[in-house]
Amino acid sequence: MKVINEIKFIMPSLSVNESAARAVVSSFLIQADPTVEELSDIRTAVSEAVTNAVVHGYRGSSGKIELTVKLLEGREIYIRVKDSGCGITDIKQAMEPLFTTAPEEERSGLGFSVMESFTDKLAVRSKPGKGTVVTMRKRLRVHGS
Amino acid sequence: MDLTINNENGAAVARLRGEIDHHTAKKLRTELDKYIINFRPPSLAMDMSGITFMDSSGIGLILGRSKLLKECGGSLEIRGAQPYIRRVLKLSGIGRIVRIS
Repeated sequence: MKVINEIKFIMPSLSVNESAARAVVSSFLIQADPTVEELSDIRTAVSEAVTNAVVHGYRGSSGKIELTVKLLEGREIYIRVKDSGCGITDIKQAMEPLFTTAPEEERSGLGFSVMESFTDKLAVRSKPGKGTVVTMRKRLRVHGS
Repeated sequence: MDLTINNENGAAVARLRGEIDHHTAKKLRTELDKYIINFRPPSLAMDMSGITFMDSSGIGLILGRSKLLKECGGSLEIRGAQPYIRRVLKLSGIGRIVRIS
């Protein structure tokens, strides 16, 4: 699908950058004129993906998180959050609602559930020791429809 | 992120303002727990009307405070959540554990 515009934002895995990532996505998506609900859904999904990278990907260490947002033809939004952290051994288990490896940090285990519910398509690729790539797609409604 | 806790006619009300994510939840958790442990309120209402964003970190925050309050003999209520925050609350099923009004 033809890319109309795209942005790449690279940040260190600091928790303060969770809000920076949301701000970047919001600013970039203004051009697509999303509804308040669509923008809120995307911001929440991005926040979950970046938080996962900070909390789980780089647990006890630090590194870079790469956020890519593309505006595609047909009002489709493509989002990719990539880290080079520890990776996920069992993706299926990680995606189960309420599963968490960090209960002591009060992680609810709902990150992937939120991403799945608030976007149209979610894909997770991971290699233990290499990192994780989360991609999400969401088609924005055409105004007036 | 801003938090004020007041005792209003014997009921504790925590007013939250700003965004709840993994970063801000840490500070909120510390402050709320300090209040709960020191004052052991029979009920605590978290007023979310000033919250402009919340992801699943907020669910962890609510669940954790609910558990601590219960241990201290109290109960938690969530009030004033905006529609986009209600969507996250609904998805989590937290309404079965905590009163949402």
